[in-house]
Amino acid sequence: MARRVFSITFWPGVIAAALVAAMTLGTLGAVALRAESFSALSRFDWLAVRFTVVQALLSAFLSVLFAIPAARALARRSFPGRGLLITLLGAPFILPTIVAILGLTAVFGRTGFVSTVLSWAGLEPISIYGFHGVVLAHVFFNLPLATRLLLQGWGGIPAERFRLASALHFGPKDVFRHLERPMLREIVPGAFTVIFLICTTSFAVALTFGGGPKATTVELAIYEAFLYDFNLGKASLLALIQVVICALAVLLSLKFRVPQMGSGGLNRVVQRFDAQNASARLLDLFWVVIVSLFLLAPLVAIALRGAGGVTDLPASVWSAALRSLLTALGSAALAILLSLALALSALRWRGLEIIGMSSIAASPLVMGTGLYIVLFAITDPSIWALPITALVNAVMSMPFILRALGPALAGAERDYRRLADSLGMTGLSRIRLVLLPRLRVPMGFSAGLAAALSMGDLGVITLFARPDAATLPLQIYRLMGSYRMDQAMGAALLLLGLSLALFYIFDLWGKRRA
Amino acid sequence: MLELQSIRLTQDDFSLSADFAIPVGARVAVIGPSGAGKSTLLSLLGGFETPDAGRLLWEGQDLTQALPHDRPISHLFQDNNLFAHMTAAENVGLGIRPNLRLSKTEQARVSEALTAVGLTGMAKRRPAALSGGQQSRVALARVLVQEKPLIFLDEPFSALGPAMRGEMIGLAKEVSDKLGATMLMVTHDIADVDRFADLVIWIEDGHCHPPRDWAEMKGDPPEGLTHYIGV
Repeated sequence: MARRVFSITFWPGVIAAALVAAMTLGTLGAVALRAESFSALSRFDWLAVRFTVVQALLSAFLSVLFAIPAARALARRSFPGRGLLITLLGAPFILPTIVAILGLTAVFGRTGFVSTVLSWAGLEPISIYGFHGVVLAHVFFNLPLATRLLLQGWGGIPAERFRLASALHFGPKDVFRHLERPMLREIVPGAFTVIFLICTTSFAVALTFGGGPKATTVELAIYEAFLYDFNLGKASLLALIQVVICALAVLLSLKFRVPQMGSGGLNRVVQRFDAQNASARLLDLFWVVIVSLFLLAPLVAIALRGAGGVTDLPASVWSAALRSLLTALGSAALAILLSLALALSALRWRGLEIIGMSSIAASPLVMGTGLYIVLFAITDPSIWALPITALVNAVMSMPFILRALGPALAGAERDYRRLADSLGMTGLSRIRLVLLPRLRVPMGFSAGLAAALSMGDLGVITLFARPDAATLPLQIYRLMGSYRMDQAMGAALLLLGLSLALFYIFDLWGKRRA
Repeated sequence: MLELQSIRLTQDDFSLSADFAIPVGARVAVIGPSGAGKSTLLSLLGGFETPDAGRLLWEGQDLTQALPHDRPISHLFQDNNLFAHMTAAENVGLGIRPNLRLSKTEQARVSEALTAVGLTGMAKRRPAALSGGQQSRVALARVLVQEKPLIFLDEPFSALGPAMRGEMIGLAKEVSDKLGATMLMVTHDIADVDRFADLVIWIEDGHCHPPRDWAEMKGDPPEGLTHYIGV
């Protein structure tokens, strides 16, 4: 019988898992218990459920649809700036939602660039509010993700197959049928489900671009039931519906092989013999330009319009920035500590990792509502606004962190378990001397990710914050609401800079000695 | 004396059996075809596996259930003998204190051991900055400071060239002589056995034959060994 020597205490990981479970399931229970009666859902609420599903389906569909030609162009062309563009495709993940929203407003809004051009042509300006605004923002966030996932798919087709195709005189149609379509069939369902899942939990986008009976997501409906009506029965019922939608999406994603987000296979350009003609080149050029413009224009707009405002921001923005920075650092520390404890114990029992990842199907607003109810019984919840925000953000970033730490930890144990066991390296010595040095790179990346995600979060904080204690994203949202767009743009540029700097500094720390 | 009393280990459809004793101070080569169970035997003795039946005794003390680091054994594994992120001195120091909080005297012992294996002045280097032979020397320096009465080598030098391998086996012998230790080495190479062993354990299909004198075994080899050597 094989024996595993368990050299690290099991309990911290169990406590971390219990905390995550309390945050995902416990808060849901708290909301349900506090609800005096499950008041029937109104027509308005059912419209929210329908809108959530329909906009998520359409967002996922469009993201994947446009990602296919874009990823193909990136896969088969090498051009100056290609590497930069691929790096940029990873940026929306850590981009604060409110920054993207402001950027999109600057480009597609009523007074934005696109509308101005349209009015020159004598056409009506477009409106970014409502259904298409929500979908536009979701495609902005998820088209890059879909493109990266598909690019990995293309990178995964061995170069020899394309050489064989050329030797067999395959035309573009044959290449598509025999090489590309099988790959797409494998990757597209997974990518679609992941994006669908992300879009169903959308809150900040719906809060800013949506609203009203035609464009309210379930998350937004929870927020409104809670904040405007303080109708906990309705909030908890909506929370349950949200969980059901997420759970269905997760079940669906289990059915498909969900592509892993990694950096492998992105840098290789395969020489293609079937795509050398002018029309194929032109088509690829078109897609590269369109995707670059779509991604860059909002960011450039923020930089241009914000640069003027960033020097004379009101003091409230600076104090909000400080609060956000502290929250982000606290959240990153919590996320790393919890994930590390959990990942270490998961070496012994894999089930813990699944609990740690469960927040991927949880809604931060449900967590926030549940915590509010629990805290309300004891104290004034608004005092705890920042710690609660940090904790919820930490739990929400754990699925990504666990995915980064898990393989590195398993690798360290595989390589060094016997040596460390034979030398008697147990407990803290084992963690300090064997595991942490090997985890440095994924830990730096994870801390950067957690800090940036928390820095840009506009979710839980909207439930808790007192008027005088906003975080930076909330402060920007308020500036937008009072039509002080120049200050909002300046503050958004500050937020963008801080988020990227946090990610960059932590990531660099991890890679420094690697 | 290291005693293996009716030891049995079953893993899926493989089973290993051993029932013999090894005298103190012996140098024992463990040979046999691939998959016969050579590494499994060392794993079992090292405490990385627990036998389904039987007892393991060292000088009369029962080790059957002891944890790996509670056994009187220093190991050289096939690979990953050094932590890539630690210096040579740190890798050796782990043999004295697994938390690396070394006193001045203990640090002096580390330097002494590095000098003894011919690595003067290389204490601060990481494994990546050392050659394959030098990495083996660091691992042997650690065996030296561990001062355990049993040394197990599981083909640790198989990635080295023939001349370097001979040199390392010579150094391993020196180390064990210094400590008066009993040594077991798994190998594939009959030249290594000639260089190193006075006793040989022949393993075939999971059955460990009791150790025999190498010269005598060569004169009257078991059938499988003749095939294995191919003469």
